[in-house]
Amino acid sequence: MKLAASPRDFWFWTTLCIAALFIVFLVYPLFSLFASSFVDAESGAFTWSHYAAFFRKKYYYRALLNSMSVTACVTVLAVLIGAPIAYLTSAFHIRGKKLLDTLIIISMLSPPFIGAYSWILLAGRSGLITTFFAEQLGIRTPTIYGFSGILLVLTLKLYPFVYLYVSGALKSIDISLSEAAESLGCDPLRKVFTIILPLITPTVLAGALLVFMNALADFGTPMLIGEGFVVMPVLIYSEFVSEMGGQANFAAALAAIMVVITCLIFLGQKYVVNKKSFTMSALRPMKPSQLPAVQNTLAHVFIYGLVFLSIVPQITVVYTSFMKTRGSMFVPGFSLESYATIFDKLGAAITNTYVFGLVAILIIIVLGMFIAYLSTRRRNLITSIIDTFTMFPYIIPGSVLGITLLLAFNKPPMVLSGTAAIIVLAFVVRRLPYTLRSSAAILYQISPSIEEASISLGCPPMRTFFKVTAVMMLPGVMAGAILSWITVINELSASVILYTGSTRTMSVSIYTEVIRASYGTAAALSSILTLTTVISLMIFFKLTGSKELSL
Amino acid sequence: MSVSIHVQNVVKKYGQVTIIPDLSLDIENGEFFTLLGPSGCGKTTLLRMIAGFNSIEAGLIKFDEEVINAIPAHKRNIGMVFQNYAVFPHLTVRRNVEYGLQFRDVANSEAAARVDAMLKTVRIEDYADRLPERLSGGQQQRVALARAIVVHPNVLLMDEPLSNLDAKLRVEMRAAIRDIQKTVGITTVYVTHDQEEALCISDRIAVMREGVIQQIDAPQVIYSRPVNTFVASFIGHSNLFATSLSGQQLRFSPDYAVDLRGLVRSDAPSGKTVTGVRPEEFALSSAGLGLAARVVKSTFLGRYVNYELAFGDASLLPDQAAIEFSQDIGTAKMIYQPGDVIHLEVNPEKINVFTEAGESLMSGVRP
Ligand SMILES: Nc1ncnc2c1ncn2[C@@H]1O[C@H](COP(=O)(O)OP(=O)(O)OP(=O)(O)O)[C@@H](O)[C@H]1O
Ligand SMILES: [Mg+2]
Repeated sequence: MKLAASPRDFWFWTTLCIAALFIVFLVYPLFSLFASSFVDAESGAFTWSHYAAFFRKKYYYRALLNSMSVTACVTVLAVLIGAPIAYLTSAFHIRGKKLLDTLIIISMLSPPFIGAYSWILLAGRSGLITTFFAEQLGIRTPTIYGFSGILLVLTLKLYPFVYLYVSGALKSIDISLSEAAESLGCDPLRKVFTIILPLITPTVLAGALLVFMNALADFGTPMLIGEGFVVMPVLIYSEFVSEMGGQANFAAALAAIMVVITCLIFLGQKYVVNKKSFTMSALRPMKPSQLPAVQNTLAHVFIYGLVFLSIVPQITVVYTSFMKTRGSMFVPGFSLESYATIFDKLGAAITNTYVFGLVAILIIIVLGMFIAYLSTRRRNLITSIIDTFTMFPYIIPGSVLGITLLLAFNKPPMVLSGTAAIIVLAFVVRRLPYTLRSSAAILYQISPSIEEASISLGCPPMRTFFKVTAVMMLPGVMAGAILSWITVINELSASVILYTGSTRTMSVSIYTEVIRASYGTAAALSSILTLTTVISLMIFFKLTGSKELSL
Repeated sequence: MSVSIHVQNVVKKYGQVTIIPDLSLDIENGEFFTLLGPSGCGKTTLLRMIAGFNSIEAGLIKFDEEVINAIPAHKRNIGMVFQNYAVFPHLTVRRNVEYGLQFRDVANSEAAARVDAMLKTVRIEDYADRLPERLSGGQQQRVALARAIVVHPNVLLMDEPLSNLDAKLRVEMRAAIRDIQKTVGITTVYVTHDQEEALCISDRIAVMREGVIQQIDAPQVIYSRPVNTFVASFIGHSNLFATSLSGQQLRFSPDYAVDLRGLVRSDAPSGKTVTGVRPEEFALSSAGLGLAARVVKSTFLGRYVNYELAFGDASLLPDQAAIEFSQDIGTAKMIYQPGDVIHLEVNPEKINVFTEAGESLMSGVRP
């Protein structure tokens, strides 16, 4: 839709404002990041030395290799777990599917590092399982630290992406395709490999990419459980912390390398998926059938076993939050003392989380609606660029974003470092894509003639937007906003770089409490966060009227 | 306040592609004016230029004497009815109809009265407090119409408003639209590609092809005296014969010719011509005069029998294998079977003669 009305209308100015915001808060910071990666800390002169150092010293480049190897393994495992579960639950009767779906979504959306920290409590050096095996049976269990721990925790946390994507794709396969294959003499197993698998491959790839990006970007898990196995986000963080004093040129170079790598992967995947995607919509979706007894049991054991494993961290956290503690130790008996402690000492972190989160969400909703509108209804060069740029934070790691923002806003003309504003900024930039996408999706379903009808009746374009378009967009916007909200309150990797004593959030506090081995308070905070997440999810399902989640 | 519309030499381009090269037309105050043409010919494009939703690359559009090119859509005071109704789904029927009044200086009491009257006019007063999703297609279309008219627009613009309705409702609604338009007396531009709809609803029709207007005339004129073979075949069906004209004498075959004195232009050049004859305008000759034709197929349609006829001489029908002939059952003496040979005569008053390039040679037809 292109309106002949004067080009200087409301949308012209909106485009300008949003473009300005983007230049200031995204383009300029990224530019500063790349710029400072070429600056010598002492002399301020141009230098390649940071990049040279990275590729010369084994300690540095090994972090990149570590990142790649663990991320690749996580991705493969997540696909191998997520896709079969999706197929089994779609093609066959599995009991308690609704419950399974809910548990899987909860395990995916809860704070990223809860997994690492719970598994340390369970299987770490003095963990429950470890001590049980050592003291009762005299068996030394394999170590949870390093590569295998990261692999375990990230796989259990990220396979839900593949599961949700593939479940969605399976729903869009019409049963007649499968019946056609059978009528041509194809047996059920061959059918899976010759029909179903090729049809869902693009979706599997898309899900795998999401897993890959998330695993590559994750900071909390490898930080807590990785120990000697250093990966890029951890390296960036530790270099950044040790470099401080306003200068972070080496960390900037590391961050720049990450930006380039993630962008390349993202573009590569886009290219592959665009080349082999199908559009399908099922008139008659697949109907689950009954598996024979033995297979049925095996399927249930497999699925319930995995879902249980992935929900273990939440159970551990909630359970231990009610345990008595002495120092960093849990002692027998239950109490609410952990909760008393956090409300006493860390109350600010709780209020910060909700206040910053709400402010960020309000901004996200406004921006999301406007940008979605501009990029679907007023497509031109500027709005397309803005649209592409908003997806950028979706793929770059949070710690990289944190450093990017800090380097840009710790000096005049705009000093935001240490303020609440910079945390809110990081939230908005990182989590805007969820709201943006679902707003755009619903806009595609609203016919432009609805707006034209309003304008033709004499309502100016701006009022038409608020009176008609915005009202009709609301369900989609709110669904996206809740996802943004859940991911905002659980955000760690950017805020851990940006926080100061007075602006710490719950995620940051959980992280610092875990580092201080104050497990009781960490568990209590995590429980509050998990509860908030679950309630928000329930609102989400109520609002969208379905148990579906698009990420 | 209804207005006349003057479109003067307008040009529409999408990027490098010119959709409307140079188009002019004048629509009178209170007229029901229809844009008719095949899909993709630019009807919607032109309508949206009048509405203000498309830019105008060159030329002028005027409402009465006022040039409206630079006036944004919401200030043009138009009423628009969309193909997909575009009824606001979050507002009740009454609120939908009221919607446009809040942007105009209308006192509340008057607004309410106008809405009530309008709901009655389009016969949806019983559904005033329903949400649109609980209305049928025809009812939604009435809401859209009421909403557009209640603001007393300068012009009413409708883009295929009936194409989403079923056949029966379409006929009912087109009568309703016509009645309401005449009662309110509002200048209306109506877009359709349904020729029957255009013929029965319009005061005048503009037939368009590839962004160019072919003919603007009253429906009867368009049907009986098309300006070219495109219009002759697009509006209704025309059988096109290869004929030759010498003076005022039109020859179909060596032994059949008709006298067109006073019917073709006096300056019409002699030579090869194309002659269009509508299927229902042949006369059966019991005396065995006229053109001999063999029945290939006959289709019984109730009031008519449709025949497919072939001629021995292939040169008579250069572009068609067979012609179509409709026999009115009311006056028919017998129904023919495939293989039968019949003789047809044409009524000189009803046929149209075109140049080989397809331009009409009939007198009184504007070239
Ligand atoms: N936004 C656009 N950008 C580029 N080309 C367009 C655009 N809108 C329409 N066109 C082209 O302009 C031509 C005329 O389109 P228009 O919609 O006016 O046709 P129409 O006569 O209304 O046809 P229909 O009866 O199918 O609705 C078409 O060839 C179409 O492809
Ligand atoms: Mg059209």
